This record gives sequence, C-alpha cells and structure tokens, in this order.
Amino acid sequence: MSIIAQHGEVFIILACLFGFFMAWGVGANDVANAMGTSVGSKAITIKQAIIIAVIFEFLGAWLAGGEVTATIRGGIVDPDLLQADPQLLVYGMLSALLAAAIWLLIASAKGWPVSTTHSIVGAIVGFGAVGLGMEAVAWNRVGTIASSWVISPLLAGTIAFVLFKSVQYLIFEARDPYLAAKRTVPFYIFLVGFIISMVTLTKGLTHVGLNFSFGQSLMYSGLLGLGVMGIGIILENRVKIERRPDDQFGYNNVERVFGVLMIFTACAMAFAHGSNDVANAVGPLAAVISVVRSDGVIDASALVPWWVLVLGGLGIVAGLVTYGHKVIATVGTGITELTPSRGFAATLAAATTVVLASGTGLPISTTHTLVGAVLGVGLARGMAALNLRVIGTIVMSWLITLPAGAGLAIMFFFLFKAIFGG
Amino acid sequence: MVKPNPFSAMFGRSPFQPLLAHIVKASECAEQLLPFFEASLTGDWEEAARIREEVTRLEHEADNLKTELRLNLPNTLFLPVSRSDLLDLITVQDKIANKVRDITGIMLGRKMQVPTELAQPMRDYMRTAVACVAQARQALEELEDLLESGFGRHVSDVMHNMIRELHILEQQADSQQVAIRRELFDLEDRLKPVDVVFLYKIIDWVGELSDRAERVGSRLQILTAR
Repeated sequence: MSIIAQHGEVFIILACLFGFFMAWGVGANDVANAMGTSVGSKAITIKQAIIIAVIFEFLGAWLAGGEVTATIRGGIVDPDLLQADPQLLVYGMLSALLAAAIWLLIASAKGWPVSTTHSIVGAIVGFGAVGLGMEAVAWNRVGTIASSWVISPLLAGTIAFVLFKSVQYLIFEARDPYLAAKRTVPFYIFLVGFIISMVTLTKGLTHVGLNFSFGQSLMYSGLLGLGVMGIGIILENRVKIERRPDDQFGYNNVERVFGVLMIFTACAMAFAHGSNDVANAVGPLAAVISVVRSDGVIDASALVPWWVLVLGGLGIVAGLVTYGHKVIATVGTGITELTPSRGFAATLAAATTVVLASGTGLPISTTHTLVGAVLGVGLARGMAALNLRVIGTIVMSWLITLPAGAGLAIMFFFLFKAIFGG
Repeated sequence: MVKPNPFSAMFGRSPFQPLLAHIVKASECAEQLLPFFEASLTGDWEEAARIREEVTRLEHEADNLKTELRLNLPNTLFLPVSRSDLLDLITVQDKIANKVRDITGIMLGRKMQVPTELAQPMRDYMRTAVACVAQARQALEELEDLLESGFGRHVSDVMHNMIRELHILEQQADSQQVAIRRELFDLEDRLKPVDVVFLYKIIDWVGELSDRAERVGSRLQILTAR
C-alpha cells in the first residue's frame, strides 16, 4: 500500500514509457505483415498502405482494442489473489512490458520471426508463475489463449479457402469474368464493412459512449456496409477495361476490379490488427494504472481508461511513421506472387478471424493468422508456390518466444522488487 | 536493420514461369529445323552450320532453365500441382530440344541431303513435327490462365481441346512417316546403303519429335487433372 502511494507516479510514467515503446515496436515491425498482402498484390502503393495503416490501426486500437486489453490486464494473472500485495502486480506488468519489448528488439534485429502477442503472454505467464506462484496464473484462460493460437490460423485458412472457392465459382468460372467481377465485388465490399463493424459494435463501443442493442448493431453495420459498398461501386466504375491480346478470358481486368476491393480489405486488416495488438502494449499499462489510481485496490472490472487505448494507438502510429514504412516496403516487395483476388481472400479471412478474436478478448498473432489464410488459398489451388518452411518457423517462434519472454520477465520482476521493495 | 521477413519468405517463386520459358526455348529450337532443312537441300552447309549453332545455343538455354527449375523446387514448396508431375513435364519438354540438336547434328556432320523425290514429303513431315511442338507450347501457355483462375473449368476445357488437336497433329505425323518410309524403300536401291540407314534414322527422330510434343500434352493433362 505504502509502496504504491510512495512511487505511484513513477510507476505510471514507467508503464507509459514501456507501453509506448512496446506499441512503437508493434507499429514498426508487426504492421508490415498485416499490410504485406495488400502491398504485395500491388493493389495499393506503399504510401497508401501507410496512410491506411495509420488511420485504421489507430481506429482499431481505440474502438475495438478494449476486450483484449482487459484479457492482458487481468485475465492471465488473477488480480484478485494480489489484494494484499498490489505492488507485485505493478512490478510484474512493468517487467512483462520491458521483457517483451526487449525480446522483440533482439528478435527483430536478428530477423527472427517472433510474435508480439506470444512475447507478452509468455512474459505475463512467466512473472505470474514464478514471481507470484503457480496458483496466481489463470491456467484455464492461458489454455484458451494457447488453443486460440492454433485455432486462429486454422479458422482463417478455412475462411480463406471458402472465400477463394466462391471467387472461383462466381467470377473465374463465369462466362464473362470481368462483368461477374463487377457485379460480385460490391457484395464482397459490403461483407468487409459489415463483418468488421458488426463485431466492433456488438463487442464494445461503450468506452466512447455508444451502447447499442444487437438489433441496432445489426442495422448500423448493415448501413455501414452499404455505405462502403457505395464508395466501392464508385471506385469500381473508375476501373478502365484493358483489352490485352494475350488475355483471352479477361482475367487481367478481373484483377483490376479486385484491386479496388483490396483497398477495403487492407483497411479491415489494419483495423483488426490495431484492435488485437494494441493490447499487447497497453494491457499491462492499464493494469498498472488501475492499481495506482485506486490506491492499491485491485479492481478487475474497472473500465480500461480510454486514453490508454489512444496512447497505444499513437504508439503504433509512431512506430509506423518512424520505422514501419521501411519494413512494409521490404515485406511488400518480397511478396511478388500474389494477385489481388488471392490477396483479398487471404486478407479478409485473416481480418475477420482477428476481429473475432479481438471481440472475444483473445490475444492472437496476426502474422500467424495471415499465414493460415494464405495457406487456405493455396489449398484451394490459388497459389503458384508456397514455401511451407514458414510453418516450421511459426512453431519455432512459439518454442523460443514463450520461454524467452517468460525468462526475461522473471528477471525484471525480481529486479523491480529489489529496487522498490515489496 | 531490415531483415528478410519470414512472412514474405512464404511466397515462393512460381516454378511455372521457368516452365513456360523452357517450352518457348524448346519450340524456338524446333523452328530452326525448317530453315536448316532448306539449307541442307541446297547444300549451303555454311548456313546450316550457322543454324546448327543457334540450335545448340537454344538447347543450352533450355537446359539451364531446366536446371534452374529443378533447383528451385525444394520439397517444402506447396504447389497447386504434383511436384513429381511438374518434374516429369520439364524432363519431357527438355527432350524436344535435345532431339532437335541430335537431328541437326547428324545431318550436318554427314552433310546429309535428302533425295529430291523425298524433299517435299520430308518438308511437310518436318513442318508437322514443328507444328506439334508449337501446339504443345500453346497448350502450355494456357497454364497461366489456368493458374489465374485457380484451375477453373473453362480454361482447362480450352487447354484440353488444344491437347486433343495436338494428338491429331501427331497422328498426321505418324501417317506421313509411314508414307515417307515407303517412298524411301522404293529408292533404296539407287542410294548408298549407309545414307539409307541414316535417312531412316532421321525420319525416326523427326517422328520422335512430334511424339515428344504429344507427350508434353499428355503430361500437361495429368498435371492439371484434379
């Protein structure tokens, strides 16, 4: 109690710094993968990708980041067990942030494929299990999170498979694929707008003062879907047909129509990514703030302060603007064999999965979900060549990141304990 | 500090580009056969040697493409077609260029001149063989649309029609071969025996050329079958 009162300001400043640094890391490294499929399919330029990412990462973080933040804040380590020693939770969350951020810095300098989500979850579980005792960790919840890491790529893969099959059936098999594309793509755009807004509206805009019933959400999502569909139709009509002699089926023009669609899926992906990954940075921050603000009374049900999400969103944007644009360029130019129709199926499937996870408060890895989605398109015979070695690197990233994050967090936990006492 | 990213590493290089480039080289190689044959008829061995060099160059380039394709096909690569079918296809394709090299090589080396009576049927026969290769190339070029449509029904219909035409062409080459052999048999007595032996060989090899082109077609059919 006294420790919190004595060092409260220091804790908050440290947490804000670490949280912002972590968010910066998310913006600098993670966003690139989320935007990679859109840039790689040449549907949008790198500049457009950055503008889209800046706007929609922020919106996603601010509007839909609350649930996952709540999970990171109080779902993994049970705060109720810490009523007697609230400072331990503060130390733990600070060390988790610092551990994950440092680990990410090391890993991205070495070019290792690690996930922010795995680092922070590993770090929190680590300090919880060792610093506070095994019973402090909500193992059920951790089990759910871990299984969501397996399920999310599978789900994204399944959705991508179905989406691409529908594209094949409705457009590529049509008598006039170009006309079919022009007719069908607006519905896909509607789908993008509808799914994203539906999940967001039903799961939480209470912190921005909007509280809708299910019926209202349905109606507003429908309207929003129709709205973006309208914009899509206008953009689509600006696509000019190019007749190429070597293109007897007109697939080139079909891809140009899908290029329009990709703008929307890119927005959806950035939104989804912001909504899920901002929590990695601000979840621990929110925990620290709520402990300090309530003078040591741990109240897991207290709302995440809205400005915390905004801080996270700004951190992501800062990372994106200062460094992330370079990584986007690298990833985008590395992906050459992706056409807009494939990019659309993969990106929308991943965005849907991530937004669903955000709505249910599950922290998942956006990159792994995207990998699953791309493989789903591949299974539908949509990709010319996919290197399955990536699955190996994903498994490796699990095996390495969890213990590394945990180990570093434990180290910092005892360090903080030694500095501030407790 | 920007490192190659494991996510973009997932997108492998398409093996179908080198495959298409390879059949283009093989068919360009086969096309050299006609001017080479004309040069041999007029006894212009300088021109024939020049064309033969061109054939060797194209065959080399095709070989390089084949090696490149094989080297860039690790078994962690996930393809929409069977990996072994793809490797079989490039092997069959490569044999086209090899055969053209063999035909021109032996004709140039022995300064072979087809008897005037046989010139026209032989010319037609070679044309059919070259047309077979060109048809195989056209069918293969459909692969691009087939991939783009995710192996859609329409494109595979178009491709299979082309393969059927290829089959008809190959049959035509077969009957031309029978006719030429018969004519050569009638001429045998007044030609040098060794020349006759090699003429039969050349006739055989030109037949093999269209045969291999057809095999490319059937391999392609296997490759793209569901």
